[in-house]
Amino acid sequence: MITVSVNGKTVELQEDATIVDAVASTLERELTPEGRPADGGRLGVAVSLADAVVPRSAWQSTVLAPGAELELVTAVQGG
Amino acid sequence: MTAHPRTSAPPETAARPATDPDASPRWVEPTSPQTEPTSQPGPATQPAAPPPLTIGGYTLENRLIMGTGGASDLAALEHALVASRTTLTTVALRRYSPETKTSVFALLDRLGIDVLPNTAGCYTARDAILTAQLAREALETDLIKVEVIADERTLLPDVVETLEVTERLAAQGFVPFVYTSDDPAAALRLEQAGAAAVMPMGSPIGTGLGILNPYNIELIASRASVPVVVDAGIGTASEAAQAMELGCDAVLVASAVTRARDPRAMGRAMSLAVEAGWFAGGAGRIPRRNEALASSPQEGRVASGDAEHPPTSNGAPDPSAAPTITEDPR
Repeated sequence: MITVSVNGKTVELQEDATIVDAVASTLERELTPEGRPADGGRLGVAVSLADAVVPRSAWQSTVLAPGAELELVTAVQGG
Repeated sequence: MTAHPRTSAPPETAARPATDPDASPRWVEPTSPQTEPTSQPGPATQPAAPPPLTIGGYTLENRLIMGTGGASDLAALEHALVASRTTLTTVALRRYSPETKTSVFALLDRLGIDVLPNTAGCYTARDAILTAQLAREALETDLIKVEVIADERTLLPDVVETLEVTERLAAQGFVPFVYTSDDPAAALRLEQAGAAAVMPMGSPIGTGLGILNPYNIELIASRASVPVVVDAGIGTASEAAQAMELGCDAVLVASAVTRARDPRAMGRAMSLAVEAGWFAGGAGRIPRRNEALASSPQEGRVASGDAEHPPTSNGAPDPSAAPTITEDPR
């Protein structure tokens, strides 16, 4: 297992976990390898790693290093 | 933004017939889908509703853009959005939380309302650009409401940072809807920087003070070659109508609806006001005058006594005189 930070919280993921795994674990939703909800529809979530946006197309190929700091954002009421 | 003369001419902006000040008067524009184009002379046709507005390639079907901030809960928000008939609604971007999940996005998705992500809460160009990029990834849209705030107390826009963000996001293929002050010079600079729509504030965010400087808003609208949307400060429906009468193309409201005692009723009121203001702006108000101007004919009046002598200063007609019909002096 490795530990990474998701939105400031420490979470445990298996070795070689990718961003898809981290997002699926945080949202408690099953995702396709392309980072879309397995049950269809749109996910509505973006990911940044070390202050850089990771495009959804790169989620599956981005293997997380231990201690990686991920931010998951979505739409909320405001503005 | 002070003493630097521009060395090059403003860039050519794409043709935007819906907002071209030289375009045909509104009441003959055959752009509404509900209106059959007519080629024959005769009485001007009147669209049943304001036509859609084109903003940088995006078609805004309804000219009332809604915000989501301030609603007590999602059910209240849903009622307000439905009543407002909005087709585009702005949302903020924040860390995913297990409590709220992706519920706001899911709500708009279910209602078929397009999402306009914003950079609310950003104080620097750097944060606003990162937020915009996250928004594009999360919500799968190139639309972005650029909002860079100068300080927490006034929430006034920082126009210098805003200009930089606009330039950079436009270069990255975004469609920037740019929240700004009601400064006409700044509005032109933002347009040249790539703003797809310029969104001057009526008054500071959340104040409900209405349009504090109608002169500036009218000047911005009359000179812009991109759509102008009044954003922030609107408190009630008459102020939304006023924005449209001043020549703006659309209105964005959030608190005015979500924090109203009855958000659903205010949502509907705003929708009607934007429509009424659009028609009124195109209809052309009468000039203001200092003296009264009767709207009914002076001839053929029913009057008692001598019609050449209107009631005296106490206003009482002579009770002994029978009513007579005045004759046309010709």
